[in-house]
Amino acid sequence: MRTIRLNGEEHRLDTPDDMPLLWAIRDILGFTGTKFGCGMGLCGACTMHMDGQPIRSCVTPINATEGREITTIEAISKDSVGEKVQQAWVKLGVPQCGYCQCGQVMSATALLSRKSSPKDSEIDEAMSGNICRCGTYSRIRKAIHTASADLKGGT
Amino acid sequence: MEKSFANLTITNHGIDRRGFLKGVGATGALLLTANWSWSQEQQKKYGGEGMPGGTKNDPKLFIAISQDGTVYITCARSEMGQGIRTSLALVVADEMEADWEKCRVVQAEGDEERYGNQNTDGSRSMRHWYEPMRQCGAVARAMLEQAASRGWGVDHEDVRATKHSVVFPRGRRRAGFGELAEAVARLPVPMGSAIRLKRSNEFRYIGKEQTLSADGEDIVSGKATYGADLRSVGMVYAVVSRPPVFGSKATSYDADAAMNVKGVIKVMEIEGTVVPSEFKPLGGIAVVAENTWAAMKGREALKVEWSDSPNDQYESQHYRRQMEEVAKKRGKEIRAHGDLEEAFAKAKKKHAATYYLPHVAHAPMEPPAATALLKDDFLEVWAPTQAPQAARTHAAERAGLPLEKTRVNVTLLGGGFGRKSKADFINEAVEVAKAFPGKAARVQWTREDDLRHDYLHTVSIEHLEASLSSRGKVTGWLHRSVAPTIMSIFAPDQRNQAAFESNMGHGNVPFAIPNLRIENPGIDAHTRIGWFRSVSNIPHGFAAQSFVSELAEEAGKDHLRFYLDLLGEDREIDPRSMNDGWNHGENPETYPVDTGRLRKVIETAAKEAGWGKRMRKRRGLGLAAHYSFVSYVATVLDVEVKKGGELVIHKATMAIDCGPQINPDRIRSQMEGSCIMGIGLATTGEISFDKGAPKQSNFHDYQVPRIPQAPKEIAVHLVDPGKEVELGGVGEPGLPPVAPALCNAIHAATGKRIRSLPIGEQLT
Repeated sequence: MRTIRLNGEEHRLDTPDDMPLLWAIRDILGFTGTKFGCGMGLCGACTMHMDGQPIRSCVTPINATEGREITTIEAISKDSVGEKVQQAWVKLGVPQCGYCQCGQVMSATALLSRKSSPKDSEIDEAMSGNICRCGTYSRIRKAIHTASADLKGGT
Repeated sequence: MEKSFANLTITNHGIDRRGFLKGVGATGALLLTANWSWSQEQQKKYGGEGMPGGTKNDPKLFIAISQDGTVYITCARSEMGQGIRTSLALVVADEMEADWEKCRVVQAEGDEERYGNQNTDGSRSMRHWYEPMRQCGAVARAMLEQAASRGWGVDHEDVRATKHSVVFPRGRRRAGFGELAEAVARLPVPMGSAIRLKRSNEFRYIGKEQTLSADGEDIVSGKATYGADLRSVGMVYAVVSRPPVFGSKATSYDADAAMNVKGVIKVMEIEGTVVPSEFKPLGGIAVVAENTWAAMKGREALKVEWSDSPNDQYESQHYRRQMEEVAKKRGKEIRAHGDLEEAFAKAKKKHAATYYLPHVAHAPMEPPAATALLKDDFLEVWAPTQAPQAARTHAAERAGLPLEKTRVNVTLLGGGFGRKSKADFINEAVEVAKAFPGKAARVQWTREDDLRHDYLHTVSIEHLEASLSSRGKVTGWLHRSVAPTIMSIFAPDQRNQAAFESNMGHGNVPFAIPNLRIENPGIDAHTRIGWFRSVSNIPHGFAAQSFVSELAEEAGKDHLRFYLDLLGEDREIDPRSMNDGWNHGENPETYPVDTGRLRKVIETAAKEAGWGKRMRKRRGLGLAAHYSFVSYVATVLDVEVKKGGELVIHKATMAIDCGPQINPDRIRSQMEGSCIMGIGLATTGEISFDKGAPKQSNFHDYQVPRIPQAPKEIAVHLVDPGKEVELGGVGEPGLPPVAPALCNAIHAATGKRIRSLPIGEQLT
């Protein structure tokens, strides 16, 4: 048995050391907001935060999370930045099919947490690991600017 | 049936429809109950009525009101990003004067006898369901008014429904929909008479600018349920090792090493299919485990021997040469008029070009996944399917159960693009479920599975020749399209394109050309070919729109002027006169090909993009416009090709005339998405074969656009047709013009013609 700290709570689970965090959280713990897209860290659908940093959970073995704080989409609204990102996403109608959007929200939240007013080029760099096959990129850029403005406005 | 549900933890309130109906019933919900029918004498064989199951407008099927005022609206079409759950529900809400904030969307299970056609493809959902959904809402509104007027003892004429209440202005009375739920439930449904639809100036949501979404908040908080998000105690997880080459089968396998992986429960064979495959599974060996990771590890350890296949020699470069040879000779005539030989003989100038477009994979962000549960002689399936009824028919047959003992629940689709019209992955889940009665069984595809076992977009050679008069007019047009057909998955020896393929921008070009011949020489398929968003419009549109640009150059004319001349005078062309008896399934009388509408979108896009303005060095504008899915789209891209070949798309300008615009924001979002997808298939999209198998396996070698490749701006212009017209499609018609506009822009910027996709390294 091992313990992981997920969304502020400790969970006990029995998995092999090399099981990717994604599958441990989806299949064993039952939090399905984080999505599987490629299994190689190429698409970003599985993005979670480990100690506030975005990680690709499909290639992060669970034994690398010991003593770390994992945050998933299920808890990101408790983060003031995450909440604003989610609101901007809904307001601007970013999602189409929505499958990649939890990963997009996690990456955007991480970006705005370290840089409150990113330029388009910085957005492109930070978000380039997250594929959206529906092609919502232009709205993602706008939504990040909107969330950034909302955060500054303190609304 | 109920028991099987109790066993599952459903994470989406939208799915548990039975539970929900029960709950609503307990609080006295209105379920409109009479067998109401709208103008049955207007029998049509086109449009929605021409589809299996037809359309339904019976409000009892689609609307329920609970006493707390919540209005539940059922959506029977699949949601894959086009926003149909929102758009159809808001049509109902608008007509019934419901407040959108108090509406909830419920997803229908697969049942076409009950709900009408559910096959979500062909850009048809709004086109076929706008009127029935309006009628539904209008009847519900009339009944709410009737319930209120009776309660107050006043004339029906004196009351009106407005924003979730019925009011009697003179008596200053008001009753909320929730208060009326019980009374209205006892009313008979008015039979077809005197139901007034709203006038367009009364619309509250239809045609309005808004970003309402039924699912937005669930999506961004991880609560929305997709194909792999259902959970159940004791559930089993499977991945399948499938034949590397289409047509091959497992001859033997050694399960020992797989069974030694911790968590693996069973290794089992799934019966292979014979060619043609239709939507049956490819067959192979399933590894079933306690979790997805264990199943994947088990599959890695599994040893399988595969048989030879008739497709073992499929190799893309060789196939391309074969297609090029075939395209040199005359083929099946699709359409012809005038005397092409004479036109070519007399021509002042002739021009020819041959274009190549490779296979592309759908690669929806959600790889195929489905869950099935067989218990007490009842089969329940949860799947992201575009074709719920087909999935149900397949699942029932596979489980040996009648349809009424088979239920297909439709989850959200994490992208579809045509891939999820096919039930092969659902069939696999049913096979595994059969081996685990009483347990839910999930089959999960990996990205590698998805790219190696797709129903690929066709591969094609498009050969065009044209003659020009001394004044630069096109006098003759020959277009030979060679491409393996989708029909090859349904029947043996299918070598020619079906009407639904050739009338996607090949046979039905609406150009004013006196001598024309459209041909389709045949070729064999060596892999599963399937519908990919906008289907054959992609190669046909790319070739025709690139060739028009080439001809303009040959004639020494501006591309825009040349294209408008080619369209000729504004006219409504009967598709049958172009030998198109298919016409996207629509009535040729009410859906002509209108060159005036095509002209208007071209002029709009050109004007908004600043066509004709001076461009900086290495920068250019490219135009393309294409009619498909009974809509008209023009695209102008502003690109820069930097020294070294880096491509920058500064701006995309798109203009669409899709007839009446029901949910403008979702039309715009579909255009934006089409733009990105079109850029992807033009720049990097390619699945190529070697020794019968796809060479690409994941997003490192099958690259799709990422945010840096997206244009800095995508401006979408919704063009008013300026006359009374029927609804057009939206999900697909944005895609075909993008790739040719991009390549025409590259030519304008650099002088280089791209005739072979993807562009790849051709600019360096």
